[in-house]
Amino acid sequence: MKKIILALATSAAVLGFAAAASAQDKTKICFIYVGSKTDGGWTQAHDIGRQALQDHFGDKIETPFLENVPEGPDAERAIERMARSGCALVFTTSFGFMDATVKVAAKFPDVKFEHATGFKSAENVATYNARFYEGRYIQGLIAAKISEKGVAGYIASFPIPEVVMGINSFVHGAQSINPDFKVKVIWANTWFDPGKEADAAKALIDQGVDILTQHTDTTAPMQVASERGIKAFGQASDMIAAGPNTQLTAIVDTWGAYYIKRTQAVLDGTWKSEQVWDGLKDGILTMAPYTNMPDDVKKLAEEAEAKIRSGELHPFTGPIKKQDGSDWLADGAVSDDGTLLGMNFYIAGVDDQLPK
Amino acid sequence: MRIELEKRANPSTLYSVLSPFLALGLTVIAGGIMFALIGKDPVSALYSFFIEPLLDIWSLHEIAIKAAPLILIGAGLSICYRSNNWNIGAEGQFIMGAIAGAIVPVVFHDWHSPLVLPLMLVFGMIGGALYAAIPAFLKAHMNTNEILTSLMLVYIAQLFLDWLVRGPWRSPDAYNFPVTRDFAPEAILPELIASGRANLGFAFAIIAAVGLWLMMRYTLKGFEITVLGQSERAGRFAGFSSKRMIWFSMLLSGGLAGLAGISEVSGTIGKLQPIISPGYGFTAIIVAFLGRLNPLGIIAAGLFLALTYVGGEAVQLTLSVSDKVTRVFQGLLLFFVLSCDTLIQYKIRLVFSRLGQSSEGGAH
Repeated sequence: MKKIILALATSAAVLGFAAAASAQDKTKICFIYVGSKTDGGWTQAHDIGRQALQDHFGDKIETPFLENVPEGPDAERAIERMARSGCALVFTTSFGFMDATVKVAAKFPDVKFEHATGFKSAENVATYNARFYEGRYIQGLIAAKISEKGVAGYIASFPIPEVVMGINSFVHGAQSINPDFKVKVIWANTWFDPGKEADAAKALIDQGVDILTQHTDTTAPMQVASERGIKAFGQASDMIAAGPNTQLTAIVDTWGAYYIKRTQAVLDGTWKSEQVWDGLKDGILTMAPYTNMPDDVKKLAEEAEAKIRSGELHPFTGPIKKQDGSDWLADGAVSDDGTLLGMNFYIAGVDDQLPK
Repeated sequence: MRIELEKRANPSTLYSVLSPFLALGLTVIAGGIMFALIGKDPVSALYSFFIEPLLDIWSLHEIAIKAAPLILIGAGLSICYRSNNWNIGAEGQFIMGAIAGAIVPVVFHDWHSPLVLPLMLVFGMIGGALYAAIPAFLKAHMNTNEILTSLMLVYIAQLFLDWLVRGPWRSPDAYNFPVTRDFAPEAILPELIASGRANLGFAFAIIAAVGLWLMMRYTLKGFEITVLGQSERAGRFAGFSSKRMIWFSMLLSGGLAGLAGISEVSGTIGKLQPIISPGYGFTAIIVAFLGRLNPLGIIAAGLFLALTYVGGEAVQLTLSVSDKVTRVFQGLLLFFVLSCDTLIQYKIRLVFSRLGQSSEGGAH
């Protein structure tokens, strides 16, 4: 038995080296995913971006990936494996990979890293994120128009600024139509758990919400909304297949253009560490078609989208009060990015206590 | 018709030794077929899985990192299981150990001293042991089933950690993200040797496993554990107390799980966060049985299981297969190892029962 294994090993070693040699001339652009690439949401959006990247450059590049990498000690190994396998550029596509990315990057100064949604960067670590709150504002407008009860349910993941910002933007959008609009929030404490997400959706509907939105990764809430006959918004990917008569629109992450731009920079040798926070106008997020709504609501949404694109409208424009009643933004004032990125307070109208 | 497992009168010693190799051979064949069926080269798949991780210093370190908590917890659990105490909650004791140990670098972060790390380790052990003391107390004095209580305490520990890092222990400078402040350099478990990031945790694991092996083999305590595990009545005649054994085995396994927790947090993560374990406490149960409840066997089993994780990632990358495929392969491997072991101890008997003749209970 041992001899067979040994023989296997040697022949395999030869094969392995041969394969490695033929792959030398392609530039490796690598991806680390927190979920499954077919999750129908966050990770799938990144994988669609990866495929767009591969199609764009064809034979010039390879795009290996690792999926279902847990945030925590395993992430560091997965990222280091990528760096060691000769990747020129590594995209780490979840917030929880931040420290691991920075740690590995310090050991591999020649490899470039791009971390999605984080706040730590370095000479060879760039960060990139999308202004999802722009889409949430539009969803808020639609919700206020569609909802009969004036209460929306919001399935949130973790009480981090990114998510709190989304809730606030949604509420602010809704209240610009209906000042009494309320949002109920359930913290699922996960990005990816169809069971928990579905339970949260059911609980919210039982509490009387008649419109649902989510900041988690799977299509489970959309399916529950379909079963219960209420409307919902998709997240990260177009989820229309999960709710053909349910989805109003979805915030669709379209990372492909960004991945192509950054890969080109690596190929040209012009890559620099940057902190990118692009919005609707840059095409890093788009709105899925406005469906299952009357024409006047659709028109309202499209107009708001156009205004955000042109810069005429910033979703966080005063007057806005905080939940405790104190003033945040004066009439006409616009929030700065720093406040948004560290956002740890609700604005008035959120029917929830921010977990402390 | 039904299938029964019947204990063999004289299990073969030869096959008992050969069993792991037999299992490996069967896995190689079944796995090879699986890879061929999905159109991937089986030879390079098996090479990436089993051989490649062993050729690189870096991946050897990674195997050691992954194996350390599994061995440390598994060795402690083996003592528990040998003495017929079924601690299923090592995951919770791991987390509580990490939390207790982290009191020093999180709450007293202004205190810098070479004593920080030793204190953390001691606190970690105490934390894990105290948490295991709950099911121990309930079993010894209230006759509660420790399988249930220890398991349920896992979820309490997980939520307690979650609450801590979102609430009182949340870092003031992490933009409200749910993590504690980074541990200071003197609170980080040093690396074992300079060539990679494997830390002292691996040394703890080996020392603990060897120590427990010596105890089981050469001391009266070891004899006591075996006797009480096999027959409580016989143990009582020999003057051993099963109540004291409950305390001893639960505190020991809890303490080691706690040490694994603080070592993992201090050595590889560097702070507390909502999730600090990918299920080490549960995987260690598999490791304990894979190692046949023998601490030395557990070292091998822990390293082996770690290899399948690291190798699984290598396969994903070199062949660009989904991680589901590598998990199926891991599953095949465990299936063959455990079934080879079972079939050496037991033989399969087909029972053709007629009406009225079958005895109740049947297969297990």
